[in-house]
Amino acid sequence: MNKNTILILFLLLIGGAAIAQNSLPAVELKTLDGQIVNTSTLENGGKPIVISFWATWCSPCKRELNNINDVYEDWFEETGVRVIAISIDDARQVYKVGPYIEGVAWEFDVLLDTNSDFKRAMNVNNVPFTFLLDGNGNIVYKHNNYAEGDELELYEKILELVN
Amino acid sequence: MNRSLLALFLFSLFTQNSFAQNPEGNNNEGVVSGNVSVIVQQYSDDPDIGAEAPPEKVAMNAFSNILFRKGKFSSGIRIESYAPSLLGYPEGFKGTGIGYYFGEFTTNGLTVTAGTLYEQFGSGMALRTYEENTLGLDNSILGVRVKYNAGKGVYLKGIYGYQRYKFDFKIQPGQGIVRGFDGEWQINDAFPSMADTKIKYVVGGSFVSKFQQDKNPLLFVPENVGTSAARFSLFGSQFSFSSEYVYKINDPSSDNGYIYTPGQALLLNLNYFKKGFGLALAAKSTDNMSFRSDRNESLNYLLINYNPALTKAHTYLLVATLYPYATNINGEVAFQADLNYKIKKKTKLGGKYGTNISLNTAIALAPNRTYLNDQEGARLGYETSLFSISDSLFYSDINIAVSHKFTKKFKAKLTYFNIAFNADANLITDAHGMVYSNTVVFEGTYNFTPKHSLRFELQGLFTEQDRGNWAAIVLEYSMSPHWFFAVIDQYNYGNPVESEQVHYLYGTVGYIKDTTRISLAYGRQREGIFCVGGVCRAVPASNGVNLTITSSF
Repeated sequence: MNKNTILILFLLLIGGAAIAQNSLPAVELKTLDGQIVNTSTLENGGKPIVISFWATWCSPCKRELNNINDVYEDWFEETGVRVIAISIDDARQVYKVGPYIEGVAWEFDVLLDTNSDFKRAMNVNNVPFTFLLDGNGNIVYKHNNYAEGDELELYEKILELVN
Repeated sequence: MNRSLLALFLFSLFTQNSFAQNPEGNNNEGVVSGNVSVIVQQYSDDPDIGAEAPPEKVAMNAFSNILFRKGKFSSGIRIESYAPSLLGYPEGFKGTGIGYYFGEFTTNGLTVTAGTLYEQFGSGMALRTYEENTLGLDNSILGVRVKYNAGKGVYLKGIYGYQRYKFDFKIQPGQGIVRGFDGEWQINDAFPSMADTKIKYVVGGSFVSKFQQDKNPLLFVPENVGTSAARFSLFGSQFSFSSEYVYKINDPSSDNGYIYTPGQALLLNLNYFKKGFGLALAAKSTDNMSFRSDRNESLNYLLINYNPALTKAHTYLLVATLYPYATNINGEVAFQADLNYKIKKKTKLGGKYGTNISLNTAIALAPNRTYLNDQEGARLGYETSLFSISDSLFYSDINIAVSHKFTKKFKAKLTYFNIAFNADANLITDAHGMVYSNTVVFEGTYNFTPKHSLRFELQGLFTEQDRGNWAAIVLEYSMSPHWFFAVIDQYNYGNPVESEQVHYLYGTVGYIKDTTRISLAYGRQREGIFCVGGVCRAVPASNGVNLTITSSF
């Protein structure tokens, strides 16, 4: 019974809608000033959005966002891209996120995913994990992991969207 | 479980039909997404490090999530597989089956979810169910959740069900029932006159109750145990304050030695920040706040709430896995200060790119308790009060890091840690008494080209206790965006036992393409403590080949 049910469920789900994830699911996150934001309302006036999952305990995540922060002014001027950093820090460290991003002078919008609800809805295995959305809110590129220089590939993808 | 699957099945049928009826509705098309993660580890005997291969020689942990959504409906399942589970994984993860399933419907601010539920009320000290597959922790609630956005900044949530306990080809639930309610009010949203106020106010409260039959032959224990919580936060443009107080009625359990004392906790955070400067202060006092849906359970099983550790989660190898801190579930008083400061670009100390400094200090102490020795009488155990401190230190930590980008091609970071670790209170090593350690880490990254770089770490941990001094070196060469190569060597050169002065050499090759990451590794893994979010598990020494594949679509 069990195995058959699983199989039927699978076939129904996948057969019914073989469309890859292309827009953001609706999950309630918090801003740094405690306000609730629904992820389905994130937008950037028709310009691209980068969504990057990170945590204060994740060194490669911080390297990625530091490197993007160094060039963020240029990226914004050239493409109008908006970077949203989603912190998955849990109750242990979440209150340190605000002071941390101010302390390192990041210019990004930051949202808090304290119990990893958005991480689960976006199928993020582990951080860092970066998504690129086009001006209509469709996910056009995803990348897991960070190595020095990965932001160059991301920027090429952003340029493809605006040109 | 079968009934839940049936419900999902019916939901899917329903959405299938509505899909068929709206063939043109492009915006209403169903979306399928998912991910997969497979870890296969081969084990060899290695007497030099005390590694023993299990009889199966190879172990595998794997899972795959499939999510579906269409308009106001969403559903999902996760297949988990432990064949057998990795060495050091907690007991009770066996076989292949469904470990997660849900169906959810949203309309007019109302969201109803049935299935396995992950939820957090406030800071989680009253209720937090979550999943951390790296630790082997999943305390989801199997039941129903209703969320309602009532408008004017009022958000309500209710949850009801059993808890996931172990996994044996399917979820094995615990005996107890968990019921919880949470309300939060974002006050500024309620009054138009406050909409533009710089300061935002948020208040909230929860009530969580568990039921478990009293089968104790010797004691009368409460079958229904309630925990109440109240929280208040305010957020300004340069500061924020948040607080939560939790009270649990008496709940005799194996954690507290079956005493009838109520539990309580208070968590306070105060932050001050402006561009280039961030200070976070925190204080916490918890007493007797272990809250499980089975009073006889221990370790990470059937926890309803979450007691956050108030220390920094370190990431460098030696300091993260030799003497990490996990919350003391029976109670502790802890304080932390965390400072981040950026010396501006184009100044004498800041150089061309600026310099980041971070300073963190934390201390956790045993609460002061007056023991009553009334085991034969009232069984109240002891008397204590919030923030009443004894001189028994659980853990203290002072660490400072300075990072600087010297040129476009080279950046470096120097970190120092001074940690005192009470091995008798943190029962995660073989050591006894206090372990005092000093650790220095020098990390550098050199970019040969914009996409080719070498990152290295030189680490030294110095202690006269436990296993003595350690040195470690990490070399990581990455060729963005696809390849990386890493070598790690940890050397316990200061071990007082000469035969245990061994090297732990470990090499990894990885390939990444978009969301797919494949890594193949071989070598020795040191026994140590693996922690996520202040929850830890001990990992035994091992030697062998590891293949890890993760992907998502």
